[in-house]
Amino acid sequence: MAIQLKVNGKTRAVTAEPDTPLLYVLRNDFELNGAKFGCGLAQCGACTVLVDGKATRSCVTPIGTLGESDITTIEGLGTIEEPHPLQRAFMDEQAAQCGYCINGMIMTAKELLDRNPKPSEAEVRTGLDANLCRCGTHGRIIRAVLKAAELAGRI
Amino acid sequence: MNLMSPTRREFTAGLGSIIVSFSLDPKLAVAQQAAKLPGSLAENRMLDAWIRINADGSATIFPGKVELGQGITTALTQIAAEELDLPLARVRVLTTDTSRSPNEGVTAGSQSIEYGGTALRLASAEVRAILLDLAAKRFGVASDMLTVADGTMGSADGRKVGYGELAAEVDLHREATATVAPKPPATHKIVGKSISRFDIPNKVTGGVAYVQDMRLLGMVHGRIVRPPRPGSRLDGVDEATAKAMPGVIAVVRDGSFLGIVAEREEQAIKARQALIKSAKWTLGPELPDPAKIYDVLLALPTEDIVISDKQASMPEGTKVIEATYRKPYMAHASIGPSCALAEFKDGKMTVWTHSQGVFPLRNHLSLGLKLPVADIRCIHAEGSGCYGHNGADDVSLDAALLARAVAPRPVRLQWMRDDEFGWEPYGPAMIMQAKAALSGGKIVDWNYELWSNTHSTRPTEPGGNNLLASWYLAEAQTAAPPRIIPQPAGGGDRNAIPLYDFPRQRIVHHFIKEMPLRVSALRTLGAYSNVFAVESFIDELARAANADPIAFRIAQLKDPRARAVIEAVAKKANWKEGEVGDGRRGRGIGFAKYKTLSVYVAVIAEVEVDPASGVIKVPQAFAVADAGQIINPDGLTNQIEGGIIQSTSWTLHEQVRFDRDGITSRDWHGYPILTMQDVPHVEVELIDRPAEKSLGAGEGSQGPAVAAIVNAFANATGKRIRELPLTRERVKAALG
Repeated sequence: MAIQLKVNGKTRAVTAEPDTPLLYVLRNDFELNGAKFGCGLAQCGACTVLVDGKATRSCVTPIGTLGESDITTIEGLGTIEEPHPLQRAFMDEQAAQCGYCINGMIMTAKELLDRNPKPSEAEVRTGLDANLCRCGTHGRIIRAVLKAAELAGRI
Repeated sequence: MNLMSPTRREFTAGLGSIIVSFSLDPKLAVAQQAAKLPGSLAENRMLDAWIRINADGSATIFPGKVELGQGITTALTQIAAEELDLPLARVRVLTTDTSRSPNEGVTAGSQSIEYGGTALRLASAEVRAILLDLAAKRFGVASDMLTVADGTMGSADGRKVGYGELAAEVDLHREATATVAPKPPATHKIVGKSISRFDIPNKVTGGVAYVQDMRLLGMVHGRIVRPPRPGSRLDGVDEATAKAMPGVIAVVRDGSFLGIVAEREEQAIKARQALIKSAKWTLGPELPDPAKIYDVLLALPTEDIVISDKQASMPEGTKVIEATYRKPYMAHASIGPSCALAEFKDGKMTVWTHSQGVFPLRNHLSLGLKLPVADIRCIHAEGSGCYGHNGADDVSLDAALLARAVAPRPVRLQWMRDDEFGWEPYGPAMIMQAKAALSGGKIVDWNYELWSNTHSTRPTEPGGNNLLASWYLAEAQTAAPPRIIPQPAGGGDRNAIPLYDFPRQRIVHHFIKEMPLRVSALRTLGAYSNVFAVESFIDELARAANADPIAFRIAQLKDPRARAVIEAVAKKANWKEGEVGDGRRGRGIGFAKYKTLSVYVAVIAEVEVDPASGVIKVPQAFAVADAGQIINPDGLTNQIEGGIIQSTSWTLHEQVRFDRDGITSRDWHGYPILTMQDVPHVEVELIDRPAEKSLGAGEGSQGPAVAAIVNAFANATGKRIRELPLTRERVKAALG
């Protein structure tokens, strides 16, 4: 069936079953690469997007439950030319090795900074604790989020 | 398709480039019996295998080493740009592709800078010299009278010519001579700088960055159904019900290999579930009892190799200490499950893969598909970090089998999380036994034995097919016999020979052929285990000798670079001679020269122990690394930091769990890893030695980190844990 979704400010339609996890629609139908398949079990966070501003695991979120919700993916934050402060900070801090988890780190951090624009390091660690990174880039990720808070404060 | 489009475009459109063919057959070159060339030039001797000068004045390089998230593409580009006198933006990199890249085997063992980097440096220097000669002829002056900047050569009288203008004249289809000296390090402008990695902007903005992101025209989605445990036979499955499900294009069965192809990814996943439910298996052999796994391994037949035997007279009245250490099976546990795309068209198979070795993969694909090697093309596209031989190669055969069944439609196959945990080849469990004698505060006799399976069942191995699916086909294939990876790099015995100078030592590698669980290369191979055991034991001996662990190490190390990193980390961490923990906090050191021929790393870690819960935390770690000449300091730092954090995770948490019925670590709950709250603060200091050759560093810090952590625990509590990981139960048991 045809389902309408509001993604990065645009309404888009997809023909898929309502129980289809949002992740596959974003990636395969809308060709948005940011959200990644990591586990399909809401355990790792690689697939994180914002649904009405809330960090959400798209791998377990059926499209039929989304209604009029605003879905934001990492593509909706900024571009290489005009990056969001979080994206800018991740580039500045070289906060990636393989980078597969980074979408989830940035999207989870986005919600965190929206709620708490000046988090402490401990708050960043707690906020990102449910996002797994395997390369050991955690230290840089924490620094990037703190730097993004700083950059955003200056804008 | 929209991935790697520059690559594809360039390959097909040609860009007016000067190269029309490649000489990549190493056998041809070797047959000519020319002089041995350095690095990977030895097997790929032609300059045009490495570099092309384009009509637009840019250069294209063809590394045979692949990006694994370690930043190698950026570092290799720095090397080429430096020698070619081109700005970074005018050096393009083509992804590794069996149809045109040099065959550099597998990207593993922290060897890309040493081998691939050496080849590119020498080839680039030679290409620049060839261009200079051409310019000199054109101007009628001596080539050493010319200046070069940004790919433009100039004469003293002001005439200029760009590389692009000479592209049509230059013939790089010639053997490298490796006789053109690279630039002196003191003149480097790009090498040695922390150049930002080229791949990161795409990765933080949702650009196409991974094989998982590729979309081919008409692409469909595959999934695989694996048995409950290895060696099982598929007796029956309800194919009809699955076939009737929405979107399903084909149920693909060949013997006990079972897969599904559907129009949409979620449809393939649903159909996979249906097939899992209806599949009837005759189960393979039970797994060993996990509680007795080390005894099971020790009871298996071994091939015993004495890898070091040093004799001297034994003093009287020595103090003898013994200890046994154990390390469990560990998983690569990539964050993104393995993925491949495959397309079978006109009898030819193309596979896009994140394999670490596209050429070896192609050989085993050829066996599995019964297709000539010439009809298979493997193109590298980055995946999630692999840390060794994970499911990357296996998923490539899976995808190819599905693609052949639905040809000509391309198939994208990503393993599910339980496929990855359940079927990747693990890092082997190991047992290390050490016995040493002390006299006069020094080690006078050292005996060390280790028991391990092989550390490589990659598709590099001859005499069988190492791709998982091939063992389940109706005409089942068998795996290649496991081989010993020889010293000095070693496999299970990697870093089993310590760098310390003992008057007597005997080191034995007990190689166990039979594999109770499927194993292969996991980052560092045996080095993590051996450095854990050796450096734990050194600490135990230091304690028995009433010596400070750092002073004790320094006193028995001749290598000045080894001493330098240890002394530097002690200074950085403000180590106090003889410092002892307070029952809850403590610090420890670990040191190794990776492979005993690569990067020097020393780590001091701090631990906090909660005796009531048995929880250990590692709040802080300091590291000093000497990797010879540094290509990209920030990239090197990132690798050292990452290695310490990954090793902290391995050491505190990681162990593949199983029971007699099969693998039970099937998701992140069954295989917990370190999370953000518990990640140590890591401070890294680099010792740059521009005059020394660059040493591989991607695997250098894991061994020193585990040693530092276990030694810190002993320093904190006075108790020692000799079996990994440092679980709560083990901590509580150790503390009594």
